[in-house]
Amino acid sequence: MPPAPETMGGPESPDYASHDHAAHAPYEPVFVAGSASRRELDELIPRYPQKMAALLPALWIVQRERGWVSNEGMAEVAALLELTPAYVKGVVTFYTMYHQHPVGKYFIQVCTTSPCGICGAEDVVKAFVRHTNTGELGVTSADGRFTVIEVECLGACGFATPVMINEEFIESVTPAKVPNILAALK
Amino acid sequence: MGYPHQPHQRETTVLSRYFGDAEARTLAGWKNRGGYQALEKALAMAPADIVNVVKESGLRGRGGAGFPTGMKWSFMKPGDGKPHYLCCNADESEPGTFKDRELMRWTPHALVEGCAIGAYAIGAETAYIYIRGEFTEPLHWMNEAVKEAYAAGIIGRNAMGTGKRIDVHVHKGAGAYICGEETALMNSLEGRRGNPRIKPPFPAVSGVFGMPTTINNVETLIAAIPILMNGADWYRKMSLSNPKSTGTKLYSVCGNIERPGTYEVVMGFPFRDFLYDVCGGPLPGRKFKAVIPGGVSVPIQSMEEAEATLMDYEGFVAQGSMLGSGGVILIDDAQSMVAVIARIARFFAHESCAQCTQCREGTAWTTKILERIRDGQGTTEDLDTLLDIAEQMTGKTICVLSDSCATPVVSGIKKFGREFEALIQGRTYVSVMEAVA
Repeated sequence: MPPAPETMGGPESPDYASHDHAAHAPYEPVFVAGSASRRELDELIPRYPQKMAALLPALWIVQRERGWVSNEGMAEVAALLELTPAYVKGVVTFYTMYHQHPVGKYFIQVCTTSPCGICGAEDVVKAFVRHTNTGELGVTSADGRFTVIEVECLGACGFATPVMINEEFIESVTPAKVPNILAALK
Repeated sequence: MGYPHQPHQRETTVLSRYFGDAEARTLAGWKNRGGYQALEKALAMAPADIVNVVKESGLRGRGGAGFPTGMKWSFMKPGDGKPHYLCCNADESEPGTFKDRELMRWTPHALVEGCAIGAYAIGAETAYIYIRGEFTEPLHWMNEAVKEAYAAGIIGRNAMGTGKRIDVHVHKGAGAYICGEETALMNSLEGRRGNPRIKPPFPAVSGVFGMPTTINNVETLIAAIPILMNGADWYRKMSLSNPKSTGTKLYSVCGNIERPGTYEVVMGFPFRDFLYDVCGGPLPGRKFKAVIPGGVSVPIQSMEEAEATLMDYEGFVAQGSMLGSGGVILIDDAQSMVAVIARIARFFAHESCAQCTQCREGTAWTTKILERIRDGQGTTEDLDTLLDIAEQMTGKTICVLSDSCATPVVSGIKKFGREFEALIQGRTYVSVMEAVA
């Protein structure tokens, strides 16, 4: 008998969803009438011939205002854009940049794709995990400040290793620079 | 220019001339450097004449496929009574590629101008610039440039006072490599999951929002500016090898090399001189072992192939690879090819949209086997299995992500098979290199 064929389990991405976030505060709507976020969305919608096209931008606003995109946030966006919450969830889960769970105050993404990988990105990841006391990838530190993940190609391969901390993009990070980068965060 | 380095004397800086020049980012700065003159010129021309100039220039798509731009524009039939759309693909996410990032963060007005020219040429009143979400700095500068251009009346209801309407909007992606595939980009722009669509219908017939659409790369649209200013002949003459490849090309150079950065050379430039002279050659004490010349989706070149290459669409094909996106990745003798290829496969497994079975299963399975070989747990059957999976992954899916994962595996086994075999036989790649030397 030949050996059984290879099973097809995929490589698993770090699951920063695994801890208990049940204790988060009740959801406050983002797009309240008269709010700046609502005005922003109202200006976005006419840019497209179909309302649904404002979905990705609307989800970005939710994440900016609430730090992540909760089921309640998806439902709010769905109602405004005349979609179902299930449809919106389907879209949210496709894209890696929408947080479906709360993350640390500083969300640190380190590129480890091949071009950075051969320039030592793994050591940069290890340095961030060590100096943030998160223990492992995808886990938020006990003080709620840091979450570190590996990310696929940030598109700055000539500046290995690029790191994104929230919206800030830092080029040419080496393990030696990590303590200073973290110290500069309030 | 070889940003972040000083330009090399053998570069020809047309598009990259203002990299590192912060003043070029503002409307005033861009106008001082001759900005928006090409748009003014274009708006005084008939759209069909613009398409003809671009056709005659020989400009081909700079995103990877190399399709003639003027011909693509000519597929948009005027007077069909439908709204036309221009999408600018700024989702640059092919590992090894970061030229569009530099174009957008140093010359954002050039892209606004290129989009406005392209939109007018194809009869579109709206252009969307789809920028990947991770590009926070390019997004910032593009948003600023669009805002400035609207305020100055360059774009909008009455573009440059000509009565023509040209809207340009920036749309932020949310993290998905596959959205750089043109039909996935359109789905994403519409507010859907970024799954590629079956073609036909092609975008020029039924694209974004079901309407005729043209999708162009950032570099392609910006190249239209100097073509309109200097003429098709001037552009076509910039060709050192095959006359079907014209103009200048930006290359993002990264990996194990002395001066990584973004360089611009004329089509047909010798790759050997480019790597060893313009980009400074390997790191001290190291030797190049392999090069991936067009982003991780193209076949890996041995150094023999690379050193014989003339850098244009045909030149890379003649030496076993493709020009692709111009993302040049150097791999030196300190690296294990198996580890490099395994990491590429993991990238594709992560980024597969999972729509087609061959891709969803094949990318993950390939990764698993490659990582097993890398870790010294491979078997002799594994190489045959990898090649068999690769064959099943090629030419059988809706888009080419699946093929792109198979490509480095097949070329890697073909050209660096000894490293795979050594690991399977319980030796490391280092001992193989010693045996060769």
